[in-house]
Amino acid sequence: MGIAFREETFRDTYTYRNSDEGVRRFPFPFGLDQYMYSVNIEPHTAGKPGSVYEHAFDIDEHYIAECRDRAITLERDPKRCISLPHMIDAEWDVLELIMTSLSKDYPEHFSLQRDGNKWTWTNRPLGIEQAFVFGDAATLPHPPFEYITRQTQGDFVIMDHRDGDLWADAGMITSQADWSLAFDVGMSFKEWHGPVPRAHEIGVFDRALKYLLMLQLGNPVRRLNWTMTVNPRLDTAPETYPEWGPDRTGVTLENVAQKVHLRVELQGLFRLPRSNGILFSIRCYLASVGDLARYPRWARRLHRVLRDLPDDLAEYKGLVRYKPTVLEWLSRLDDGTPVPAGTDPE
Amino acid sequence: MSVQLDMRLARIIELAPGIREFWLCREDGGELPVYSGGSHIVVSLPLPGGIQRNPYSLVGDPSDTSKWRIAVRRQEQSRGGSAWLHESAREGQAIKVSMPANLFPMARLGRHHILIAGGIGVTPILSLSRELARLGESFEVHYAHRAPEFAVLAGELRTLAGPDLHCYVESRGETIDFRKLLAGRPLGTHAYLCGPQGMVEAYHRTAREMGWPDTHVHSERFLAPPPGEAFKVRLAKSGKDVEVRSEQSMLEAIEASGVQPPFLCRGGACGQCETEVLACDSSLLHNDLFLSQAERESGRKIMPCVSRVAGGCITVNL
Repeated sequence: MGIAFREETFRDTYTYRNSDEGVRRFPFPFGLDQYMYSVNIEPHTAGKPGSVYEHAFDIDEHYIAECRDRAITLERDPKRCISLPHMIDAEWDVLELIMTSLSKDYPEHFSLQRDGNKWTWTNRPLGIEQAFVFGDAATLPHPPFEYITRQTQGDFVIMDHRDGDLWADAGMITSQADWSLAFDVGMSFKEWHGPVPRAHEIGVFDRALKYLLMLQLGNPVRRLNWTMTVNPRLDTAPETYPEWGPDRTGVTLENVAQKVHLRVELQGLFRLPRSNGILFSIRCYLASVGDLARYPRWARRLHRVLRDLPDDLAEYKGLVRYKPTVLEWLSRLDDGTPVPAGTDPE
Repeated sequence: MSVQLDMRLARIIELAPGIREFWLCREDGGELPVYSGGSHIVVSLPLPGGIQRNPYSLVGDPSDTSKWRIAVRRQEQSRGGSAWLHESAREGQAIKVSMPANLFPMARLGRHHILIAGGIGVTPILSLSRELARLGESFEVHYAHRAPEFAVLAGELRTLAGPDLHCYVESRGETIDFRKLLAGRPLGTHAYLCGPQGMVEAYHRTAREMGWPDTHVHSERFLAPPPGEAFKVRLAKSGKDVEVRSEQSMLEAIEASGVQPPFLCRGGACGQCETEVLACDSSLLHNDLFLSQAERESGRKIMPCVSRVAGGCITVNL
């Protein structure tokens, strides 16, 4: 059964919406009423059919619109895709990983024919058929990493593994939660996580780095991260802050349910075979507070998490200005009924 | 638990007295993943007394997805693994193998690469050479071996490195002079050595004395788990008592009891099997390369792949 792709926008007119099924499968990140950073990493193994965890790279109803939005962002600012010269093996690793995964997991939409190093890639939703020579970048219209990530939902960083550290040496970043690839490229693991409050003090990055350095081929892992965004906008980069930052001041009790979105990143980490690098995938899901609140469990839990969120985390996530409005709206849906542990909507 | 592949010993080739090459293919005939130069696999050897898992460097062409190649020297003080591979292994035999892991990768920002092999340490040096040659990088290879007949895999190295392969034959009195080899190298040069422990130590000492930055001096050392006194391990979480025989590693004994701690290198280098010590009525004998001095002194951690205790009983959080 194919996916019904939606015609929608992530800027200007903001016609992005989730179908009922899109809301139901949303990766709600709060299993408890309080939130704090932890090394919340688990094996990225196949989850329930239909869930966002079913496949290594999740493709959903927003696929075509997201690829189109990425193309617009790249057209305006080509520096959203950067790959340092020593990352060429890793680029081919990523192309192979994504093409083989998508063609296996969504055969009605993608296919890959391989005859030695002569490959043919078919992407039906975007109407692409491309014959190329694996390993010869001149046979593709873009470098291999850019080529395949222009056709995949979510942002990507490739980390080089050297000197007992991981270096952010390549990336395709067009749907980021306010961080800049052009600024961070080439940084070590702890450098690019430098601005995160509290997590350094409790040793999260020491443990996460140690864990990731031992990440094994064939055993990918995943975690969730979250923030909030006003309007369903993918491109919330520092480079375009003047275009979206002021939206934070326009949230009212009347429009909060439609305007404010919970933004969840499903982050995957894959050891790459040729390069020994690590692919970091950051798949962004957006759902409006109003859509989430259709499930009473989620309404109550989101209210409690936001109410008790420490100020420095709220500041870091950019929520301070409109959090009181979100809380006021959600508080009407929270009668104090205990919510059992877990993230399921019902 | 790590992914295990069902493979078979497709071919056995005698390379030199006491050195054999093995080809491993998937039991179902399927493709193998490609890997990076310097990678190793862990092979589960079906010894009469139980499974012994040994790490071996891959020596073949990483892009050949039909087979993996390893070369194994029969250890004089074998704990059974290399002896089994030399005496009992037969072509066609089924065997379980881990996915490749790499603790000895090339430095992709290097401008020139000096690869040094001592004896059977040639195995990862060969796969690093393949990768450097494929990428068109500047590199040279220095290969020391006991006698002319032990120059295993030198033909393949010659194809890759051409005149930049230098062999040193011990029986002719030729040795590698690290002071000469490491002198006058331009910034951005990286050195890599795989060989016996004394050679590794001399190399690191010399490089440090000559002002090389540690980040540019790489070595691969797999420690075989040294034998010792038998002792008992109490597994607190699983509620089991396990006897560790004198020639067995603590990790092997724990696995034989049905408990599967995570592992990667089984040579004390990677840190994956780090285990919390709850109590110990003798003393910890640390043989790993991973724990810091402070961690050793705390007495709270042990790497069961190579370390053990001086008899008695140790209680761990497994």
